[in-house]
Order: sequence, then structure tokens, then C-alpha cells
Amino acid sequence: MMSTQENTTKPNQFFPEIDAVVKMQAININAWFGQKQILKAVNLTVKPNTVTAIIGPSGCGKSTFLRCFNRMHELVPNAKMTGQILLDGENIYDKRIDPVQIRRRVGMVFQKPNPFPTMSIYDNVAAGLKLTGAKKGDSLDEIVKHSLEQATLWDEVKDDLKKPGTSISGGQQQRLCIARAIALQPEVILMDEPCSALDPIATAKIEKLVTELKENYAVVIVTHNMQQASRVSDYTAFMYLGELVEFDETGQIFENPKNKLTEKYITGEFG
Amino acid sequence: MMKVTGDKLFKILAIVIATSALAILIITGYTLSAGSMPALQKFGLNFFFGQQWNPVESREIFGLLPYILGTLATSGIALLIGVPLSLGIAIFLVEMAPRSLSVPISYIVELLAAVPSVIYGLWGLFVFRGFMVKYIETPISAYFGWFPLFSGAPGGLDILTAGCILAIMIIPTVASISKEVISAVPNSIREGAYSIGATKWEVIRRWVISYGRSGIFGAVILGLGRAVGETMAVSMLIGNATSFSAMPTSLFNPGQTLASLIANGILDATSSLTYSAYIGAGLTLLFMSLIINVGAHMVMTRVFKDKGGAIEQ
Repeated sequence: MMSTQENTTKPNQFFPEIDAVVKMQAININAWFGQKQILKAVNLTVKPNTVTAIIGPSGCGKSTFLRCFNRMHELVPNAKMTGQILLDGENIYDKRIDPVQIRRRVGMVFQKPNPFPTMSIYDNVAAGLKLTGAKKGDSLDEIVKHSLEQATLWDEVKDDLKKPGTSISGGQQQRLCIARAIALQPEVILMDEPCSALDPIATAKIEKLVTELKENYAVVIVTHNMQQASRVSDYTAFMYLGELVEFDETGQIFENPKNKLTEKYITGEFG
Repeated sequence: MMKVTGDKLFKILAIVIATSALAILIITGYTLSAGSMPALQKFGLNFFFGQQWNPVESREIFGLLPYILGTLATSGIALLIGVPLSLGIAIFLVEMAPRSLSVPISYIVELLAAVPSVIYGLWGLFVFRGFMVKYIETPISAYFGWFPLFSGAPGGLDILTAGCILAIMIIPTVASISKEVISAVPNSIREGAYSIGATKWEVIRRWVISYGRSGIFGAVILGLGRAVGETMAVSMLIGNATSFSAMPTSLFNPGQTLASLIANGILDATSSLTYSAYIGAGLTLLFMSLIINVGAHMVMTRVFKDKGGAIEQ
């Protein structure tokens, strides 16, 4: 434990003066699909109660990188990775660590809303808890209500809890998926372009929700929408061709990028 | 001026072909009904609920109950054993096996469907029967012989053996359709389940199977259809009992199904009444298949419709 603890305070090329308060830290992540290398020596630090945005053009590896944070990357056939990701100083890729436990602590929201179609709205939220053996009862009801409230969906669905999770609109479905992740009381929530399938109004609601979520969680959001990154995030990482080009406070990245490539991307010269 | 374009011609052709399927069903039903009339008129409801079968001229009496029950019993055994095996194969092929393994195995499973049923019958007679007697029936009989279902001397030519062969014969159908159904479950569902901390087994049991249940149910019904109608292998292995002794009271007793009854007897029919009785058995078999299919379809739409998520039909 002590040796991994030291890793969290190891100087980071992007945060030479980094403080010890780190929720998650990716160290030297390389990832492949088959022979194709997707990520090249990527490092990133996620602080508690912040929103960290990962931006970059399509195919730069940002989604793959995100999926390394809750060990979803390894579920894809032929997927490989090396490097460490620390959660509270502990390497989640350690042999003794059960990926199932990691995924409960690090929740995920996907690009396309994917509520479980065979389950009711209630069961969609309760599904993760039921896996751990929770029975239908008062506490479960409470957690479901609380999660839906946190996802700002409760008022819209409280009378339809028994309807299928797919019976609501796309934006509502995405908030249902956020509630599903919240119900497990995770420490970190990963969001993979959560608004790319939504209309502007639904997008605005999710964005507002993201900024509220950081009161309780660390949020990492992948987006190809730079305005979104600047609106919701505290820190922004810019990735290009599998490498992390620049990582800084969001204001810095958007107003005063240090790297020419970042500047070009921000100003829309490519993307 | 009417001009017959290619599209129109194709449409007419398609309609004719489509309706011919229905026409064949109706003609078959009509032929069987007409042919079985003499027996139905003579015996009335007893034709279905009677247990005697005597084709000796002037003493003819025909009742189908033992064979209806025999058909249900063997098909039931086939489903009981065949469906879990098929689901296991399908799940393994889609969810677990690497591509290099799943492709050849699926091919081999589908190849099993191409084995002629008489081959299954022969193999059953010379290999499987001996296995059943030695390793399954004799031990069960020794310890549970007091239980009516396991009474009688195990001889291998009985309802259990026939049911087991049927189980093997429905595996290719049920497994390959279930495999398609399970592959059609969107990956986003699996990922959603993994993301809330489900294990692989939980993902399969609670999400994949549940999402594909109506398709899997359809696969089971197709398998049942095959089991109900299968003739050759069954008649080689079921022992071909008739009359009272064909009542399926014990798994270790010889029995008879509607299909095997017809196959075994119709060529020896001498009187027109006997002939009519065999055609009546055919009519009953046709109705059983129709009821199973229509009933299953109704259950499927009623149970799964309001729950949603089933594979869209």
C-alpha cells in the first residue's frame, strides 16, 4: 500500500505543483485494439469534486482512454493495455482487484442512452443495487427516489416508475442512465459524449446536471464539443492521435493554450 | 390500356407463391379431415380419449389417447433436456468462445441438423440404447424403482430413450436460432450492465437472456415442432407399444407417438376403417402442431408485448 501511495504524489509533467488531493490518476497508459495502438503513454490526474473534460477530434482515443478508468476497455475482444490507473492511490489493474468492484466505484454514462429495455424505470435505477442482493423495500425505494432526484428526473417520471426504461424521451433516458450510475453511490462518474445523441434542450439539462454532480463526485467527461467542455469543466485535456497534447485548467486551455496544436484545435483550424 | 410491368408481374407472382403456402395447409387439413371422417363418425370423442387400438377386421376399435400422451411425453422430455443444452451451446458460442472456436463449432452444430433421422435412429439403437440401459436406467431403477415414473424393467426401448434422442435432434434447431437471437442483443445493453458492476454470468442471465427471451421462446417452439413430428428415430427407439400398454405411465415402458403409430401401421391397414383411423391420427398430429404454434405465438405476444424489449417481430 505504501509504495502505491507514493505514486499519487509523484510529480506529473502537467502538474508539477500538484497537490496530494487526487481521486484518480492515469500513469503511462498505452492501449491497443489488436495491433493498432490507440493510446500512447497518456497521463492524467482527476481531482475530487471537479469536472475533467477530455476533448479531441474523432479517433484520437479519448473514449478508449475513458474506458480504461473503469476497466471497460478490456471487455472488447483483442483489446490490450498497459500502465496504471490509481483510484485513491490503489492501482485498479492490480491482480487482486476485482473489476466488478471498480465498476461500482467508478460509474459510467454512455454515448447513446442505454437504459435496460426489459426493465421498468424503477428497476433500471435499482438494477445495480439488486445485484448486490438488495431487496425491494423502503431503503431501495429511497435510493431510487434520491438517485432520480439527483439526476433531475424524479418530477418527470415519479408517476411512471413501472413503465419500461425505454418509454421516455432520449434526454430523459440519458438522465435515467445517470441515475442508474448514481444509485450505486460511486466516487467517480465517467461520461462518454453523453449529449451527442441529444437535442439542444436535453443537452442543456445534462450539462447543468454535470456541474451539479461535482458536488458529490469527480466527473470525467469525454466530448467533441469544445463549447460544452468550456461550459462544464474545471480541467480540460486535449488529445490528438492517441497522445495527450495538453492538460490544464479549462480557462487556460481555451484562452491561453501552451501548445500550438491545442490552439489550432480550439480555434477550429482542424477537428 | 393495361400494361403489365415487371414490378406488377413480380407482385402477382409473389402473391401467388405466398398464398400457396396457406393453400397447402388448407388442402392438407381438408384431405386429412375427409379421410378420417369414417373413424371419427364411428367412434366420436372416444377416438381421442379411448385407449384401445385393434385393427382386426370386424372387431375394429381405435382410440388415440396413449399416442397423444406419448407424443407429449417424449416431446416434453426432449425440451427438458434439449433446451438447457442448446441454450448453453448458444451462450458459449456468443458470449464466451473466441471467434476461432465459435465459427467451427456453430458450423458443426448446424451440421447436426443435416444428419438424417434414420441415422440418429440407428445410432440410438446400437450405441445410445446400451448407454441408457447401463448408466442411466438401471441405476435409477435400482434406487427409485418404487416411484411409478421409474417402474418396470429398463430395456432401453422406451419413452425415456426416445425422448433423449429427440433432445439431441432438436439441439441444432434450438441452439442455432438461440445463437442468432443472443448475437442480436445490442452490445450497449451488455456494457450498461457491466458498468453497474454485473459479472459476466449476471449479464448473461439477467440481461442477455431477458432481452432475447421472445426469440429464444420462438426457438424452443420450433424445436418442439420438430420433436412432435419426428417419426423415424422415435419409432426405432420407443418400443412401439399399442393399446393400453402404450399409455406412458413409466419412463421405462415402451410407448408410441402419433407419428410412430402411423409410420408403423398404415402400410398394414387392410380395412378402410383402419385406414381412416390412421389418417385420423395424422389429423390429430397436425392439430397438435398447429395448437402448439398458435398457442405459443399468443403466449409470446401477450406476455412479452407490454414488457417491451423483446426482439421486435
